[in-house]
Amino acid sequence: MQSDGVTVQVEGLTYAYPGHVPVLHEINLRVLKGEMLGIIGPNGAGKSTLCKALNGLVPHFYGGTYGGTVSVAGMSTMEHTVADLSLKVGLVFQEPTNQFSGVSTRVDEEVAFGMSMMGFQREQMFSRIRDSLRQVGLEGLEERSPFELSGGQQQRLAIATVLAVRPEIIVMDEPTAQLDPVGKTEVLETMRALNKQGYTIIVAEHEIEELATFADRIITLQDGRVVLEGSTRRVLTQIARLKKIGVDPPSVTELSQLVAEKTSLTPDQYPITLDEAIDLYRGLLGDAAH
Amino acid sequence: MALNGITMKIEQRETIALIGQNGGGKTTLAKQFNGLLKPTRGQVLVKGAETRKVPANRLALTVGYVFQNPSHQIFSSKVWDEVAFGPKNAGLNPQDVEERTKWAIEAVGLSGLEQTHPYDLDYGKMKLLTIASIMSIKPEVYCLDEPTTGQDHQGRRRVAQLIKDLNENGATVIVITHDMRFVAEVSKRIVLVAGGRIVADGQTRELFEKTDVLSAAQIRPPQITQLAHALADRGVPPNLLTVREMSDYFAGVLRRR
Repeated sequence: MQSDGVTVQVEGLTYAYPGHVPVLHEINLRVLKGEMLGIIGPNGAGKSTLCKALNGLVPHFYGGTYGGTVSVAGMSTMEHTVADLSLKVGLVFQEPTNQFSGVSTRVDEEVAFGMSMMGFQREQMFSRIRDSLRQVGLEGLEERSPFELSGGQQQRLAIATVLAVRPEIIVMDEPTAQLDPVGKTEVLETMRALNKQGYTIIVAEHEIEELATFADRIITLQDGRVVLEGSTRRVLTQIARLKKIGVDPPSVTELSQLVAEKTSLTPDQYPITLDEAIDLYRGLLGDAAH
Repeated sequence: MALNGITMKIEQRETIALIGQNGGGKTTLAKQFNGLLKPTRGQVLVKGAETRKVPANRLALTVGYVFQNPSHQIFSSKVWDEVAFGPKNAGLNPQDVEERTKWAIEAVGLSGLEQTHPYDLDYGKMKLLTIASIMSIKPEVYCLDEPTTGQDHQGRRRVAQLIKDLNENGATVIVITHDMRFVAEVSKRIVLVAGGRIVADGQTRELFEKTDVLSAAQIRPPQITQLAHALADRGVPPNLLTVREMSDYFAGVLRRR
């Protein structure tokens, strides 16, 4: 994680869709450049809406009642159009097919589609198509129909269409929710690789055990409010609070809380990933053998 | 060929999990159970009757199928109407229709949303609605295709409890799922389908021990079971499935220290 400063700043964001009660209340959030931020929380907590507020779809597309400020890559989302913002912030949806133009019959055309809407030059488009398909591991599939791809490939194509405009920030709204385990792994690995390349990644995700292995920080939403935030370790070791909020902590973390009742483990020692758990329990069992 | 040489039996009141990667044939197999698909060779018997000889609409009253994608199933503009359709269509009298509709909506936790448009529900609730719309038919066998997709913690708990309740009330439940933590919680038996064949059929506890079979099918057992495998050389039984089982094991070991 590089910390070249704040790239996303949300202050006092309150938002209601037209004719509805607010779904976000007084959200404050800062994301550092190069950071991987996880957004967790039960369904209906406001995760999707927050994602859409980061690229200006909320409120530009949806309308509604809006308070507070959101700034991404130095641009206020209120003062810039969604088209302008999309050059800096890419949004990837839960259902990849919702992202597709529906008019492209080939993978490379699909990547070109977004760029052509933004007035990119032909030569530049070719090199960017090549680069972004390589970044998501879809090179060689340029001529396939987007609708013939597997779920994981479709979601990676959706990511490629976003990457083609070279944004600084990629926001993903439950990108693995509809995928099978192979597809989930493909997308999570892509996410991890992009973050290593320096992209700031903000992802709403239910796969807590996966998130535990690569998120720098997590915010937890409940009923439109940030109720728990901090380093991934700090958030995921608060078992009782997570369960009350309606989120499953990683199994190995939950286990450690139960085991802690019989050992001297403190919450900051709870493992949050499988590898950490293996180390910890090898140690504990090693002792027990003597 | 989508399925090849499948031989299996499901007992009444059993819960089984059909697992395997997409494209391996598990949904194709499940669709054989309610006659949506018929075998080109061999036979499928449901309650002793060959599916090829029973009209699909009659079989649908015995074997209820909940599709993976709720929008493939939902067609009414109100939650109530969606759930009432099945029993109404089966010719039940209005009082029974109302009773069953109310019961099913309550059972999946959608009470109060009867007049809501199904597409105004979040994805998790939409899936619960599709389960309710099958429950109101009171089939003897349920096929649930990916019931935990899009469900949060509370939704998963609800689906797990529903399966237990249905089972206790005499129903047979077939769950198609990728969610191994869920399988460990709800199903004692697993049928692993890959390449159109049954690769393994047995007790969940025993199958999750077979790392070679699982990795060949690209299946990762629940995190707790993975931990148990990794600690097998320290004497941890490699067939522990849940947090509770593992913590009980550690409690025993630490007590003996």
